[in-house]
Amino acid sequence: MNEEKITLSYGSGGRLTHKLIKDIFIRHLDNSILSQMNDSATFELNGRIAFTTDSYVVNPIFFSGGDIGRLAVNGTVNDIAMMGAEPLYISLGVIIEEGLLLEELERVVISIKDAAEEAGVKVVTGDTKVVEKGKADKLFINTSGVGVIPEGIDIRGDNARPGDLIIVSGTIGDHGIAILSERGALGFSASLESDTSPLNRLVASMIDTVSDIHVLRDPTRGGLAETLNEIAQASNAGIEIYESEIPVKGAVKNACDLLGLDPLYIANEGKLIAIAPEERVSLLLDIMHSSQYGKDAKVIGKVTGSHPGIVALITKLGAKRILDMPSGELLPRIC
Amino acid sequence: MSIPDYNKVQLARSILSEIVSISRRKITIMEFCGTHTHSIFRSGIRDILPENITMLSGPGCPVCVTDNRDIDYCISLSSMPDTIIATFGDMIRVPGSLKSLQDVRAEGKDIRVVYSSMSALEIAENNQDKNVIFLGVGFETTAPTVAGSIIEAEKRGLDNFFVYSMHKLTPPAMKAILDLGEVKLDGILGPGHVSTVIGSEAWNFLARDYAIPVSIAGFDIIDILLGIKMLVEMIEKGEPKVINTYLRAVKPSGNRYALDIMNEVFDVTDSYWRGLGMLPYSGLKIREKYRRFDASVQFPVEVKECVENKICRCGEVIRGVISPVECLLFDKICNPGNPVGPCMVSSEGTCSAYYLYGARR
Repeated sequence: MNEEKITLSYGSGGRLTHKLIKDIFIRHLDNSILSQMNDSATFELNGRIAFTTDSYVVNPIFFSGGDIGRLAVNGTVNDIAMMGAEPLYISLGVIIEEGLLLEELERVVISIKDAAEEAGVKVVTGDTKVVEKGKADKLFINTSGVGVIPEGIDIRGDNARPGDLIIVSGTIGDHGIAILSERGALGFSASLESDTSPLNRLVASMIDTVSDIHVLRDPTRGGLAETLNEIAQASNAGIEIYESEIPVKGAVKNACDLLGLDPLYIANEGKLIAIAPEERVSLLLDIMHSSQYGKDAKVIGKVTGSHPGIVALITKLGAKRILDMPSGELLPRIC
Repeated sequence: MSIPDYNKVQLARSILSEIVSISRRKITIMEFCGTHTHSIFRSGIRDILPENITMLSGPGCPVCVTDNRDIDYCISLSSMPDTIIATFGDMIRVPGSLKSLQDVRAEGKDIRVVYSSMSALEIAENNQDKNVIFLGVGFETTAPTVAGSIIEAEKRGLDNFFVYSMHKLTPPAMKAILDLGEVKLDGILGPGHVSTVIGSEAWNFLARDYAIPVSIAGFDIIDILLGIKMLVEMIEKGEPKVINTYLRAVKPSGNRYALDIMNEVFDVTDSYWRGLGMLPYSGLKIREKYRRFDASVQFPVEVKECVENKICRCGEVIRGVISPVECLLFDKICNPGNPVGPCMVSSEGTCSAYYLYGARR
């Protein structure tokens, strides 16, 4: 293995910086816009634009089911897709902690290339900085992205209406628990992978057939509970979900029991929530089931006219309780 | 072995209907353990029990019963140079007299959340130029693994690993609540995890000396409902006993290995509990033999005058005297984002259960 490490001189703008960009970034990510190498990327776009940004600081940077590079592409791709837009171009900003192995950086960049190819987006501009040891945690990545919203599509978080049904595209909590497991929090290694995936093709096939989907959201940090609360508040509508219908993998459930966590509050990186009129749902489920990223899609609840702004959970025992926003750090149980 | 969800709900319903059919008297049951409290709220058991059965939450939340002075001491420890504090996550947001560990972390103190004391040991191994102090909070469930870490630290010859022991023992707290006589209890749902270590026999005194039935239960909805059913049966028959319904985990005499390792490292001492005051023989201190690992001996830092928030009623919540909604601060000033007392912070705290699961609206 190549033990060469990234030092501060890789970030000082000279020959080494140039070499780093050329040998690692351009080599793997090259395309006709990136290779222009101007101060900005230039391209044409037609229509209404979705534009988003997100930063990635995950620890560890490599984990079961993905790494920080794949996460950084999929996260931004998904944020664009949740507006019904087709993601096209992304930017890539990396902040490297001095001491990172060159080989590790290259692995991440290859992973960015693979994820971008899978999602069908191009990295068109980028930036690299190196900071002193201890001033960052190995590697931080920021990606921004733009996409075009097809004509006639109006998908927004404040668009849930009483009578709509709520679909989740698959099992929840996989990403958060996979990361906790990687960090050794479980005391054993769970056979779990992060679900990090690009959802734009799934979304494209969904809106292609059902153009009047009201809401699409990806329940990342804060999990299903946070996203549903945001939708209920933004739409000023009530939400009711059924505990018995929410898909959770056995390993996720067991890990949560062990740590005293609730899967409803655990992060996902490859799942979406779709809210649509009841009569459109069976068609929507058929489409979702034919995609590898939606094969476990299920209706988990409905939007109601009562208790606006509040999410209620019907427990397996049939009791009804409030499902609140998460607060603070997710904490393990100690007793 | 696990029961499929569908069958579980059927089973839960049938246990519930048995409870309804045998329960006559108006009774109050205390669940000792905070994990039970949260499980009961999360599953909605409180709402489906017949009206004549009241569930009251007990003191079984280690962070909640930790005294303000101890929190202040932990914060003082974090201010020493070249020090890393390793702690369970629940502790970092608990407000001390002036600030919390989270506040001092934001000021630049090195405070790390760990999931077990063994992770703290790893931190010590990897940072030999720093003193690593693990904040030992917990009941009999946690103490044996902390004891194990101290023995392991000795084996590895680590001289930079320390533990500040605030560990507490559960039977004295239950006894104190009964002796105070503020709440009238008809039955006690015994803690599952604690009993795994100390054994079901450790609760015999409740049936014998106080004529109160105890059933030790696990944390699944079936476990809890079964535990409640056994209590109702004993109460209705007037036959107080200790029944262990968590047979797959709890033995009459507990876990010998865990108890031995705990006794090897810790000695029983008097301990100060929030809400209950000084209770004799209710805490664990590190034995003389292991004093070089004892942070309270090695770092006698000074704690300035300790201030309590006079309006916060965590103490009464811990004793089961009031419900969190009776506290003036609850949901008005005190919430999980801005906790005034520890019962709102901990994932085992009663106020946090009331807040999270919607008892406020």
